[in-house]
Amino acid sequence: MSYLPYVVAGWLFLIGLYGVVTSRNFIHLTVCLTVMQSSTYVLLLAIGYKHRSSAPIFYGIPAGSRVVDPVVQALTLTDIVVSVAVVALILSLALDIHEQAKTLDPEQAVEVSG
Amino acid sequence: MSPRARLAVFGCAGAGLAALLFWGLAGLPAFGHYQGAYGNQLEREVMPERHTTNLVGAVVFDYRGIDTLGEEFILFTAVMGVTLLLRKNREQEIEDAPDDTVRSDAVRIAGLFLVAPTFLLGLWVAAFGYVTPGGGFQGGVVLAGALLLVYLTGGSRRYTGVTPLTAVEMAEASGAGAFVALGLAGLIAHGAYLHNFLGAGRQGTLESGGSIPLVNWATALAVTTAMLLLFKEFLEEYSVPVARRRG
Repeated sequence: MSYLPYVVAGWLFLIGLYGVVTSRNFIHLTVCLTVMQSSTYVLLLAIGYKHRSSAPIFYGIPAGSRVVDPVVQALTLTDIVVSVAVVALILSLALDIHEQAKTLDPEQAVEVSG
Repeated sequence: MSPRARLAVFGCAGAGLAALLFWGLAGLPAFGHYQGAYGNQLEREVMPERHTTNLVGAVVFDYRGIDTLGEEFILFTAVMGVTLLLRKNREQEIEDAPDDTVRSDAVRIAGLFLVAPTFLLGLWVAAFGYVTPGGGFQGGVVLAGALLLVYLTGGSRRYTGVTPLTAVEMAEASGAGAFVALGLAGLIAHGAYLHNFLGAGRQGTLESGGSIPLVNWATALAVTTAMLLLFKEFLEEYSVPVARRRG
């Protein structure tokens, strides 16, 4: 009985959120967001894990072996792709803000625009 | 809001969120005591049904292919968003890109020896994606990385030479379109969108998995070119201001 992976997932989410809330730079904020998102990878993979099981690839292991859940691994793959897409979008928004406000600090950028 | 006030608000909200989060997590089955019916069923049925040794590949490109279709269009939309945001600031394509020829021999030689093996690795990861660990997404990113190494070795002129914008854009659209078309083929052949419409083939080889290889390659094409378009936009965002400053 162990809940350590779940604790790690919860911790990553909260520390990433703390980073987003206190961030003074949009690039740093984006990295914090990826830390938050990585908590979902840990959580998904932890849920799918079975004791004494192999990776869900029946190549070189006997048929009928116990393997971990492939569905959550596929979901993690989706998650990573979405993360890349979101990061690319946020970084281009950051470029846009930098061009208009000449700063990457969220607080100053807000003051300039309104 | 002052940073201190914001931190205080976050302290309260964060503590509440943490309590809820860990309360929920504590209700999950203990680590290693998996209880999902879906995963166990796939464990028994994928091999006899599809002859696909990589179960994750079978889930991504077949059993839950519709999720992957959505995922691919998230990527597609994000690339479009980046393109719209960044391109509007450039009136026309700058013809005389800044001279960023790489002069370090060490970097050029390292790059030269890395481009071809990385490209091959990408093709291999994509091709065997449903047999051994890998797949269209992972292989696609490696392939795009191999082409980005061309930029590292030869500068932006060479890079633009190997990744002409029109061809990349067309390949991106056809990759995504091929995925949709394969789904329709399943609909016509078996009455369900993205239904596997080819025979299961021989287990552990490239000819296993029915239509999984086709969907896999469509994804690899779409992901490679999506990454290339992202690189392109961000590279031009760097090189156009440099050219303006000089010119």
